[in-house]
Amino acid sequence: MTNVYMPIKAEIVSIIPQTDIDYTFRLKSDILPQHGQFLQVSIPKIGEAPISISDYTDEYIELTIRKVGTVTDAIHELKPGDFLFIRGPYGHGFPVEDFKNKNVVIAAGGTGLAPVKSIINRYNRNPKEIKKLNILVGFKSPKDILFEDEIKKWKEKFDVLLTVDNGDETWKGNTGLITKFIPDLKIENSDDTIVIVVGPPMMMKFACLEFLKRGILEENIWVSFERKMSCGIGKCGHCKINETYVCLEGPVFNYTKSKQLLD
Amino acid sequence: MGIELDVKSFDDALKILSKNYKIFAPVRLKGKGAFSDTDLVTYGEISSYKDIELNEKSRYSPKEVIYPITQTLFYFTEDEYKEPEIDDKGIIVFLRPCDANSYLKLDNIFLKNGPYEDNYYKRLRDKVKFFIIECTKGFSTCFCVSTGSNKFLDYDVFVRFDNDKITCDVKNDEFSYAFSGKEVEFIPEFIEKNEIEVKLPDIDKISQNLEYVFNHELWDEYTKRCIACGRCTVSCPTCSCFSMQDIFYKDNPKCGERRRVWASCMVDGFTDVAGGHSYRQKYGERMRFKVMHKIYDYKKRFGTTMCVGCGRCDDVCPEYISFIKIVSKVTDAVDRGESK
Repeated sequence: MTNVYMPIKAEIVSIIPQTDIDYTFRLKSDILPQHGQFLQVSIPKIGEAPISISDYTDEYIELTIRKVGTVTDAIHELKPGDFLFIRGPYGHGFPVEDFKNKNVVIAAGGTGLAPVKSIINRYNRNPKEIKKLNILVGFKSPKDILFEDEIKKWKEKFDVLLTVDNGDETWKGNTGLITKFIPDLKIENSDDTIVIVVGPPMMMKFACLEFLKRGILEENIWVSFERKMSCGIGKCGHCKINETYVCLEGPVFNYTKSKQLLD
Repeated sequence: MGIELDVKSFDDALKILSKNYKIFAPVRLKGKGAFSDTDLVTYGEISSYKDIELNEKSRYSPKEVIYPITQTLFYFTEDEYKEPEIDDKGIIVFLRPCDANSYLKLDNIFLKNGPYEDNYYKRLRDKVKFFIIECTKGFSTCFCVSTGSNKFLDYDVFVRFDNDKITCDVKNDEFSYAFSGKEVEFIPEFIEKNEIEVKLPDIDKISQNLEYVFNHELWDEYTKRCIACGRCTVSCPTCSCFSMQDIFYKDNPKCGERRRVWASCMVDGFTDVAGGHSYRQKYGERMRFKVMHKIYDYKKRFGTTMCVGCGRCDDVCPEYISFIKIVSKVTDAVDRGESK
């Protein structure tokens, strides 16, 4: 009988610190996930946690992990050459095939950038796949900014708006919540624009409402949910909302579905 | 046709069966109840007729026979993951129709939900043989007829305990060898009417009025009354949620285990995500989540009501909260809400 809880061993090839508490772990792996899928990541004797895949190639996958609990604290102690244990990928990702030749807006708050980063890099490699890409990213403060080097690269090809909730004395960029910038966003042909919103629950809720005000169709808005998960495969019950299992039907949902997920 | 046995020949049958099976039934554990000088009625291994407790409903359900409270998934030595072995013997469970039906409800989650079967559940579940205890009266808090769980026909052996006269319908020929007695006419009976009847809400009506039901004031009462102890979910035969737990051994921290342990949507921490966010902080919201799972959304997903009407949640609640009453209130609210 296949043991569905058996993870595979994956070597850490490099660790890229993003902030004091967010590190990107690059693991040797040939897993080819959908954009937005997640893995169950564990260290034996410490524990297991769901982590979204922040990027991948056919040789490695990247996980951007914030140090916020028992498992992630222990992961942050690891060094290149050490191993993480992974199983997955699980869930449904973003249906990028349906986004071809459209305008795409990606709005991400904080660590919400991780599950969509691989999509942005996909478009960075193949800009012709879509008509236009707008990126809106928000962080709490300048020291919380993730993927700074990549954001700089994206700016060369796409409209990128980076904002922080609270700046400091050296910060010269935008300040304020992402939602503040949505009304002034240049959106041509709102009927044909795909919007991806990922971030904290409140940010997602209000950002979606702002986009709806801009005439974006509900069926063109996509979100990704974060929930506690112990299994990732529809058994443990932690991520269930009504009859929907976030680990199975999500974590990526169309807005027409996500608006019905009352919790 | 049935086979009539006296206690001695029934015990002989158990003895023969025990060579190849572990046999579970409701048992009375003297002095093990929550209060002093009280007994605990629960499921345990038995070897003779006198071990079986037939006069009182078990506080805990037979789910732990196939889904233990704590189950080791892996033993760790350094970086090695090793799966624990299990007993070669089969499993016979003496249980009432409601509890037998609860196994089918668990099957939906562990075997049919999502793309994978849960191997730890399956390897125990595949061993199970159902020995149904005839139940025609039930107990004061039972409502299995209302939930459609009063019958269970896919049994291996059906047993009527009538004082010291025991009649068995051995449907599975595999077990014929163990039972020897007089052949008699025997038609298994099931309870047709409980003392309590509960009208379940129409799930389509809930779907059409989801926000109304979710935000209904009826849940507020439970924010005040419920203490989030989780007893209802522990005693429930269909509650199946679990959390992963890794441990290391104190005397050798290089070795340890990954376990799964029962979890409860009523208890703090169930929805905690990294960084401190959680959902359903109010106890009334948790009550709504649990009740709706039992009577609404599980049915929407799997086509059958999750609750089997055993009434254990009502028996064990320290705050005397009645699930039955909540279900009635939901049905009322849905019916009234719709007529508005």
